[in-house]
Amino acid sequence: MENSSISRPASAGHLAKAATGITGLDQILLGGLPKGRPTLIAGSAGCGKTLFGLTFLVMGATQFDEPGVFMSFEERPDDLATNVASLGYDLPDLIKAKKLAIDHVHVDRSEIEESGEYDLEGLFVRLGYAMDQTGAKRVVLDTLEALFSGLTNIAVLRSELRRLFGWLKDRGATAIITAERGDSTATLTRYGLEEYVSDCVIALENRVEDQVTTRRLRVVKYRGSAHGANEYPFLIDNAGISVLPITSAALEHGVSNEIISSGIEGIDGMLGAKGYYRGSSVLVTGSSGTGKTIFASSFIDAACERGEKALYFSFEESPEQIMRNMASVGIDLRRHLDAGSLQFESSRPSFFGFEMHLTLIDRQVQAFRPSVVVVDPISAFRGGATDIHSTLLRLVDMLKVRGISTVFTNLIGPEGADKTQHGLSSLMDTWIGLHDIEANGERNRGLYLLKSRGMSHSNQIREYLLTDEGVELVEPYFGSEGVLTGSARLAQTSRERAATLQRQQEVDRRDRELKLKRASAERQIVEIRTALEAEEHEIQLLAEQATSREANHEQDRLAMIANRTAAE
Amino acid sequence: MSGEANGNEAATVGVDTDESLPEGHYRLRLYVAGQSKKSMTAIANLTKLCDVHLPGCHQVEVIDLTKHPELAVADQILAVPTLVRRLPAPLKRIIGTLADVDKVLVGLELRKTDG
Repeated sequence: MENSSISRPASAGHLAKAATGITGLDQILLGGLPKGRPTLIAGSAGCGKTLFGLTFLVMGATQFDEPGVFMSFEERPDDLATNVASLGYDLPDLIKAKKLAIDHVHVDRSEIEESGEYDLEGLFVRLGYAMDQTGAKRVVLDTLEALFSGLTNIAVLRSELRRLFGWLKDRGATAIITAERGDSTATLTRYGLEEYVSDCVIALENRVEDQVTTRRLRVVKYRGSAHGANEYPFLIDNAGISVLPITSAALEHGVSNEIISSGIEGIDGMLGAKGYYRGSSVLVTGSSGTGKTIFASSFIDAACERGEKALYFSFEESPEQIMRNMASVGIDLRRHLDAGSLQFESSRPSFFGFEMHLTLIDRQVQAFRPSVVVVDPISAFRGGATDIHSTLLRLVDMLKVRGISTVFTNLIGPEGADKTQHGLSSLMDTWIGLHDIEANGERNRGLYLLKSRGMSHSNQIREYLLTDEGVELVEPYFGSEGVLTGSARLAQTSRERAATLQRQQEVDRRDRELKLKRASAERQIVEIRTALEAEEHEIQLLAEQATSREANHEQDRLAMIANRTAAE
Repeated sequence: MSGEANGNEAATVGVDTDESLPEGHYRLRLYVAGQSKKSMTAIANLTKLCDVHLPGCHQVEVIDLTKHPELAVADQILAVPTLVRRLPAPLKRIIGTLADVDKVLVGLELRKTDG
């Protein structure tokens, strides 16, 4: 059971807890109700008090080996059994197995005449007997307040109730006492039962806002234990009670460095890491007809292709409609649905409050265990801004804690620019903005990445087309003219191509000129060099003549000397 | 069960008669818890009341719930002591020590409320 990991190790003085088996509730109570003590559950009619009590007992009997006694002051055992049979709780079977005893206490003032003193020993006897028969560790008294209408001597009743709670504690029973919500704000319950039950008090509420009912639960007090103090939404349906788990205040979820594809090649290319981080939250915003659902479906398609499981929460379109529409852009979701790797959950946003949807999402996610989730669109939800924001925060948290990658779509008005409803942006890791670009009598689609945490990403506005094969990003035009889309981009591209050709021709011409110049210069150099060489040669000849003349002179002189000498 | 349970009682008032009671007979059952003061008072009050108002036409069982807790459920016993009129129908319950005789008589429909 999950609860064992939540309850802390029992240390000296630490309060022992009895898990209710309602997962979210046990988280809020940090383990469960105080063991061996009474807990008061207060709420007005139809809040689910009885069901809380029965669930506590059935879970105790089936999961925690703690038999229980249900003492009903209102409903008959047969009715109780019928009411919870649809939840899969087989009360007659549990009774037969001596894991559960139901005692119906019928109190009707018109049938009772009072004469003289009395006490409620009969109640004690019955409860004690039922507990002995089953070895009960858990007791539910639903609703003790019926006694107030059945008996006139309130003084006796109050002192007996005090005695009853003391007696339950002495017997070590973990008890739930249900009570009607008081009308005044001064008292929590109509007859002030909280006066007697001081260990743990839980208030249930059924609040209607904008014609949408949301059930909420709050732990008013819990002596000797920390507990979640907020109001938590809960849901009652054919799977019993689901309490939405608490927002993890610590932001301690693990992160993954694994990259998964967005399902659109072009988008992967714009992201530095070539995809989203696994477990990250992606927001796709855009006005009507920008293809938000196609982006989300591409993501799902890619995930299912990888063999992962995907859960698609649709709040505007039916699964059939989505599948048909996606088929028109070449995304075949039906094969994933048939293969069991894709599941759709469609419901009208106005059917429940957002918190209730969240509780449903939580339960579906727990049951199906997908690795990717699409919520399409979150703008469908109505409610107070703070409500929606805190609920979305919980949703994002809940998915992140489980390492689920999620794509949220959000419809924004055409002039809405980058303002998201409900201050969503700070909750998201990656934000893709889809925009209509209107110019030159055309309407084209452009997208850009507003943010992508933990990776570099393109700053370009890229035009994209919705083709037969999904989303296709067009090579961007960027230049002095800014970003152009559609035919303007095509025109600009052809203009540019012409200009480029012209430039190329110019370059070629210059090149030829240069070559000619170089050739003529080289010719001149050769001529000059030849002239120089000729001159050099001439100088050399002159020098040689001079030398030989010198030599002749010397010879002549010597011959003269020799002549002179001979004559003397 | 009545005969058997009756035999084990700590205190019994009246005599067990036949199952088929003649017209005008009262079959009463008094639930008490042990030998408490309230229990003893109720038994004494009932004895007195029956002697005065129902001479010879009543049958009373006293059941000690501390010994027979299982019997508390069948007759929907909550308060102790409780006097149950099992016959004639309909079933009537009077809780307390039966100190207020008038109220008991009204409860048993032996006396009209206005009378």
